[in-house]
Amino acid sequence: MGEAQVNTLNLAEMQRIAKGIRMRVLAHTLSNNGGYMSQACSAAELLAAMYGGVLKLGALDGPINPPPFLGVPMVGTPSVKSYMTGAQFHGAKSADNDRFIISPAHYALVVYAALIETNRLREDGLDFFNKDGSTVEMIGAEHSPGFETTTGSLSQAISQAGGIAIARKIRGESGKTWVFMSDGEFQEGQTWEALQASAFHKLSKLRVIVDVNAGQCDGPMESVMSIEPLADKVKAFGWDVSVVDGHDLAALTAACLKESEKPHMVLCYTDPVRGLPLLNERRPSLHYLRFKSEDEHAKYEHAYAEMVK
Amino acid sequence: MSYEIVSRPHEQNFIDWSKDKPEVLVLTADLTNSCEVGRWRDTYPERYFSMGMAEQNMMGMAAGLAREGFEPWLHTFAVFLYRRPLDQLQMSVAYPSLKVRLVGFLPGILTPGGVTHQAIEDIAVLRAVPNMTILEVGDATEAESVLDVAHAVDGPVYIRALRGEVSRIFPKDEPFIFNTARILSTGSDITLITSGIMTEEALRAIPLLQKRGVGITHLHVSTLKPFTDPIVMKALATAKYGVITMENHSIVGGLGSAVAELMSENGMGVPLKRIGLKDTYAHGASQKYLMTEYGLDAKSLVGVVESLLSKNLDISESELVESRTVSVHSSAKAEAL
Repeated sequence: MGEAQVNTLNLAEMQRIAKGIRMRVLAHTLSNNGGYMSQACSAAELLAAMYGGVLKLGALDGPINPPPFLGVPMVGTPSVKSYMTGAQFHGAKSADNDRFIISPAHYALVVYAALIETNRLREDGLDFFNKDGSTVEMIGAEHSPGFETTTGSLSQAISQAGGIAIARKIRGESGKTWVFMSDGEFQEGQTWEALQASAFHKLSKLRVIVDVNAGQCDGPMESVMSIEPLADKVKAFGWDVSVVDGHDLAALTAACLKESEKPHMVLCYTDPVRGLPLLNERRPSLHYLRFKSEDEHAKYEHAYAEMVK
Repeated sequence: MSYEIVSRPHEQNFIDWSKDKPEVLVLTADLTNSCEVGRWRDTYPERYFSMGMAEQNMMGMAAGLAREGFEPWLHTFAVFLYRRPLDQLQMSVAYPSLKVRLVGFLPGILTPGGVTHQAIEDIAVLRAVPNMTILEVGDATEAESVLDVAHAVDGPVYIRALRGEVSRIFPKDEPFIFNTARILSTGSDITLITSGIMTEEALRAIPLLQKRGVGITHLHVSTLKPFTDPIVMKALATAKYGVITMENHSIVGGLGSAVAELMSENGMGVPLKRIGLKDTYAHGASQKYLMTEYGLDAKSLVGVVESLLSKNLDISESELVESRTVSVHSSAKAEAL
């Protein structure tokens, strides 16, 4: 099945999506004077591959309007049954569809851009970004487009996805449960607890894809807390691991579609300035881009104009 | 006064109760037999999930299962359900208000395991967590009937559970009723509100106090959140000399604080005395020893009543000792811990 699906994937379309993600996030960062830009540069191909064909998601009638924030889940409301989560942007749940759980909630802007590029979120969805009363929040929560769980406190998604995968295993469902993670989350102990438990319970349909961009809030990970050798560690915890260049769509999609009897992780080594080399001037602080001067803003305006060409 | 002693009230009862509830799962963290679910595991192996000593992940996996319509019942010691995995409890379980049941054994000073094993501020911590329901059982009847109460709540529930040899104080046909206190005696001098194992302890002193002419309204409370029971409100309003709370917990943030909030919000101008751990950690020793050491016993209750009434009731220690009915050591204990 893996081979056949690879052949039907449209890598050119994924490339278009990836470019669209970078452009939308840069345009938003320019108009907003701030944004998680390096995350768009590193994860553009990763999210383009996922939303562009790797994931088997339910079809939508058309792009969805982001709903206003209607309130938090509360006891007494049948929260799980009727509470509107951002999973609606992933289409109807079914036994053979995949699920996609976003872990690094600060990638929200990048995820929203990917949803727009794949006609799941309305074109002007980013106009609601970080606006009071909107669900298009800066750090996404489970009401935000594309989000199904509340994972801004990092490393909690993989455990929740593991629970979903156990439930689906009990029900004999064929769909996979995917988690998108960032590499910084491998500093959290819970991640390793979840890896050990997923292998122990043989969650063969659990999949994790990681943006290994080697950066975190305080700077380069090797200066904050090194996690390498990551692939060897994860393998030692009982997982299948694929290591790919996270900007090589052919390699990335092939790894994602690999069949495995174990839970499988795709480590996408990425470049946090890919497609926007101007960001190199910001090193080592790449976590969040806020312009320091009019001049700098103008330089990025110019870079955007080049990108559009 | 002597009570029937029920051995392992949770063990077989939980197996029978779960039989026709395929959505009920059990997750444990290496304390399966210690929480009386070893036979449950052997009866329903396909619904039992060993999560190892990894409570943060256990909490998250429970959340995922609950989102999919299952009802995970986490069994471990109370202290391991809210201290280490509090962020996971809050963000993965409580925020989405999922039907996860946290069954916490050996609350307060019930364990000889010392400070690391003693959940003395669990109610305080979890009362502050939105969407939580907090229940505490006080005898074997409640240990049995709390299952239906928790099962009916559309949100996360934390249960302070009892195991091993447990007295049956309340008749088997008078089950735990959600947010409804039991009225154990009535009188207009003092209102006493007790929870958990403190109810049995208080019952040792009450007949002696009544013999001395003290009128006591005694409520047993087993729903600690929500804390909106009109029976409690009414009992607080009748207290002439004062209100006493008695809990197997810190006096900060638990039953005593919940009562204080109700009294002050409603302008009830009588003194409130809180019996419990006085903002201190405890240490490893027997339940009886710790209850005496930290003033969580019938003798302390007598002293507090005397201070509220400003009189000496002349109740001797030997009278209180005579009314003790339960032996501390028991062959029915699952393990030393």
